[in-house]
Amino acid sequence: MNARAEQLLAFADDELIVGWRDSEWTGIAPTLEEDVAFSSIAQNEIGHARALYELAATELGTDADALAFDRQPDDYRCAPFVELHLMDWAHTIARRYLYEEADRVRLEALKAGDDAGLAGLAAKIDREETYHRLHAELWAGRLRDEPRFQEAVEELWPYAIGVVEEEQRPELARRVGLELVEANERGSHTPALAELWDEMTEVRRSAPGATW
Amino acid sequence: MTAAAVWAALEEIPDPEIPVISLVDLGVVREVAVDGAHVRIEFTPTFLGCPALEVMRRAMEEKVEALGGEAEVAVIQDDSWSTDRISPAGREKLREAGFAPPAPRAAGTTTLLQLQSKAFRCPYCGSTETRLENIFGPTPCRSIRWCESCRQPFEQFKTI
Repeated sequence: MNARAEQLLAFADDELIVGWRDSEWTGIAPTLEEDVAFSSIAQNEIGHARALYELAATELGTDADALAFDRQPDDYRCAPFVELHLMDWAHTIARRYLYEEADRVRLEALKAGDDAGLAGLAAKIDREETYHRLHAELWAGRLRDEPRFQEAVEELWPYAIGVVEEEQRPELARRVGLELVEANERGSHTPALAELWDEMTEVRRSAPGATW
Repeated sequence: MTAAAVWAALEEIPDPEIPVISLVDLGVVREVAVDGAHVRIEFTPTFLGCPALEVMRRAMEEKVEALGGEAEVAVIQDDSWSTDRISPAGREKLREAGFAPPAPRAAGTTTLLQLQSKAFRCPYCGSTETRLENIFGPTPCRSIRWCESCRQPFEQFKTI
């Protein structure tokens, strides 16, 4: 696989899996407003994943659905950060906040990069992410003085670093005001991914090739 | 078949989620090129996760087929669609249907301060005494605001 396809898949897998995790709040978020917010954010993230898979699919001679659902868990290139099954609100908001900060650093680099197709798509994605960042900013502001939130941010920070490339890490650390530490790197998976994959691909595996 | 005939046919397609406005008013059709029976339509998605995109694409193909042509819908995934592309007539139709049209992109990247300001006008009574209820709404393209004057919620198009 070429470097472009690798890069696209890493980004697409992050967006698909984080979107899946966000969607786990649909129907059970603490308030109706957050139910709507998390569902909408999940829909956007999975939409970004689809667009990125489509670009990758032209490199790899396949299609977006096959890339999203037909690979084995070990073949996904997502960062361990997005896999974690976090069902308490402090950790959920801490991940949304840290993920959006990391994603912004990644998007800014792609927008300025030489790959015109990817730069154009990154610019489009960034427009939508603006609203995710505002949502995260609102919540991070509200919870800033809560010890549970501070602990969650600290606990998840090494994972968040693993989302971006080595050279982008000092910038990410500067933006969130945390010290650089050893990252939980992309390349291996947490047990949470296999569980998520089982659920996510169940319909696809039970009815291969089905269309709606 | 002429490009003008195709444009006229596309103008009859309502947005699947907000049927008061057509795909042409929405600004998602970037170009129409006719070569004999072959019609190439350049289409720019609104939000990437919008489930209406597939419906729009099929509707465009059906319109071209009804004209006796063969459609090729090329989806352009870059930053060329913006809410600024919604036509003035389209903005008016949105307002009449109770959707506050989007602010222009020129106002810069949306900030919390802007969203929480009173710069947004209620589509029902015209008051700017409105406040943000939720950045997110029933579809990715909309936020929810509350009008203090006529005391009802309304949907505000996000600027992208």
